[in-house]
Amino acid sequence: MKFLDEYRDSATADQLARSIRKTVRRPWTLMEVCGGQTHTIVKSGLLDLLPSEISLVHGPGCPVCVTPVELIDRSIAIAALPQTIFCSFGDMLRVPGSSKSLLDVKAAGADVRIVYSPLDGLKLARANPSREVVFFAVGFETTAPANAMAVWQAEREGIRNFSVLVAHVLVPPAMEAILSSPNCRIQGFLAAGHVCTVMGWEEYEPISRRWHVPIVVTGFEPLDLLEGVQMSVAQLESGRAEVENQYRRAVKREGNRPAQQRIAEVFEVAPRKWRGIGEIPSSGLRLRERYRAFDALERFHVGVESVEEPSECIAGLVLQGLKKPFECPAFGTRCTPETPLGAPMVSSEGACAAYYLYGRHKHERSESELPRAASRG
Amino acid sequence: MNEVNLSCPVPRPADDFVLLAHGGGGKLTNQLIERIFLPAFACAPLEARHDGASLNFNGQRLAFTTDSYVVRPLVFPGGTIGDLAVNGTVNDLAMCGARPLYLSAGFILEEGLPMATLRAVVESMRAAAARAGVQLVTGDTKVVDKGKGDGVFINTAGIGVVEAGKEISPGAVRAGDAIIVSGDLGAHGVAILSVREGLEFDAPVESDTAPLWEPVHALFEAGIAVDCLRDLTRGGLSSALNEIASAARVGMEISEREVPVREAVRGACEILGLDPLYVANEGRFVAFVAEQDAGRALDVLRQFPVCRDAARIGVVTGSPAGMVTLESRIGGRRVLDMLSGEQLPRIC
Amino acid sequence: MCLAIPGKVVSVVEEAGLGLRRGKVDFGGVQKEICLAYTPEAAVGDYVLVHVGFALSVVDPEEAQKIFDTLTEMQRLEELESTADLTESGP
Repeated sequence: MKFLDEYRDSATADQLARSIRKTVRRPWTLMEVCGGQTHTIVKSGLLDLLPSEISLVHGPGCPVCVTPVELIDRSIAIAALPQTIFCSFGDMLRVPGSSKSLLDVKAAGADVRIVYSPLDGLKLARANPSREVVFFAVGFETTAPANAMAVWQAEREGIRNFSVLVAHVLVPPAMEAILSSPNCRIQGFLAAGHVCTVMGWEEYEPISRRWHVPIVVTGFEPLDLLEGVQMSVAQLESGRAEVENQYRRAVKREGNRPAQQRIAEVFEVAPRKWRGIGEIPSSGLRLRERYRAFDALERFHVGVESVEEPSECIAGLVLQGLKKPFECPAFGTRCTPETPLGAPMVSSEGACAAYYLYGRHKHERSESELPRAASRG
Repeated sequence: MNEVNLSCPVPRPADDFVLLAHGGGGKLTNQLIERIFLPAFACAPLEARHDGASLNFNGQRLAFTTDSYVVRPLVFPGGTIGDLAVNGTVNDLAMCGARPLYLSAGFILEEGLPMATLRAVVESMRAAAARAGVQLVTGDTKVVDKGKGDGVFINTAGIGVVEAGKEISPGAVRAGDAIIVSGDLGAHGVAILSVREGLEFDAPVESDTAPLWEPVHALFEAGIAVDCLRDLTRGGLSSALNEIASAARVGMEISEREVPVREAVRGACEILGLDPLYVANEGRFVAFVAEQDAGRALDVLRQFPVCRDAARIGVVTGSPAGMVTLESRIGGRRVLDMLSGEQLPRIC
Repeated sequence: MCLAIPGKVVSVVEEAGLGLRRGKVDFGGVQKEICLAYTPEAAVGDYVLVHVGFALSVVDPEEAQKIFDTLTEMQRLEELESTADLTESGP
């Protein structure tokens, strides 16, 4: 497949890995922000190609992991109402709320459907005029244009039986929250490339300046991540701290203006609670006044009692990059994908699940058995 | 920054109710089998944990198997639930090294099912049985209230005569065995998704449902030392490899580059964020053969159109027992774990 | 949020009603109807990055090629260097 396969080429990957090894002199800790990037890193075994001086920490770029418990509980309550068709991206179905997940309530008979696009939710609303169709609008800025369009279209077409449960989160405030933590060890960021196709990278420039950290806008294929690491390390080794664009084939500095306009038309910035981290000001989106009628929380008054009990889960520390999943005492024992203690183990690209599914063999085998990056190429 | 809230909710237990994931073919299905069914029905053939039971009967070795089909939609590109019901059971017998002979079919029909649909399903079963060389010799029909079934549920059971000269089961798998897959993966799963509401796309991908006794028989005729066979169904290649690695207490190393996947299937999986190694198949199997016979085995298989893309994808290792590792396209390594629940499309 | 796949635009329809563009995009042989409202410049034959049914960006083929050109150049230089080393350390 064009523009995909070339970025998975192993000879080129080796070359980039060599280039990184030549550039690196000191240990560096980088964070890749987006869950999709974590997925690729772990799925392709990218860490095997990196020199041991580079430490990659997984950021909170997984909207599934950071959606607050109350919102999951509300989604379940709404899905359980007899007249609703609750539609969602597949990612959200297994995440536990206080006691249940959407998959559980589906098992109990609720009409919960997986859709590929919010426009499929709109189609369901047109096809089922006597039912209330509710769409779970989660995601970072990447998904906001799509969700905005669905609401915009519903309003223009006068579709009364469609509403959205908004759980949008924004990346730059999260990065600042991580940087302002006193224990922050992150020295450079691989910014989320697809978020930047929409938003551009202008808003990262003040962050890079204020905290003196390199920020490299990075894609999602193995070669993209390797090049992103290489560019970050080159900056760090030479003492530079600026925003650079690795994902040049897809991202422009100003981003996608028509998409930004539609987002601004439908949504406004609001405070948002991040599961495992807490409330971060101006880090979420909510529907503007004109579109408030499409807010599922206004349309369905569901009372929920969300319980957040202290447990062994250290999701907060993992999501902020302060601990690695395997440093959690429950990892792989009491906490596994079948018996998750927290969201990062449930979501397939949550840091913990990604490590469990793809990376745990590294910690079960002895040093001598591991393929050594130094002996390649 | 604000107070950091580090707590996460305690999860609800997974064993109070049956979940859809229990039917996914992955870890939860196996849990159900290990915790509920095996303890109740314990006996030697069941302990072998293979696709079918191998039984001694008056000096003859017979294979006996059963499977139920609950697929939605009932009709999809490349076939119907009827094709799956015949081929699935035929293939389970073939995987025991047995020539499939006779099938039974039990139908649970939902009130209101259009007769035309039933005719189409039955006709596809007739054609599939003829193609596979089996006879449908006995059956049963029940009708349930509207809303209590998905149109049609079919159970088929099958009997065959074991023709393999040696034991074909996970127990016979040895370190050093070559791992061969009989063709390209994921076509069935993609064909089903392509007509499921909310996920539809125009895909020139048809289900790969097909009977597999002929290529299996050809391997025996050619004197290939076959240690184990498993047809790939729900949970895809990954589930089959993990089940066998676990039952045989061996490790496996697979090379992602060698796994055949056709482009359209890849395209569909990329859009939905699915891994082809976990996507369902209905006309593909994995074979564990002695290393020295691997080359010949591929030659034998590739004569059959259904095995045109047969490929050697890896090797059995001594350890770590029960672990399947994968070398990615760029040369990194990871564990190819058993699916936990169903693989769901993702956006992230 | 993260999963966006490149596909080739095979047809474009300018919708009369709300003025929204849409089109068929091909992903390795599989086609899906995609909203092109956010890529007004996308034409038949272009590759677009698609996320949840929306094209978010047109892939720039020249930029896409650059990383390979740079690495090829680097490889050539490496080979030149190592040949130079060999000549220098000659008999």
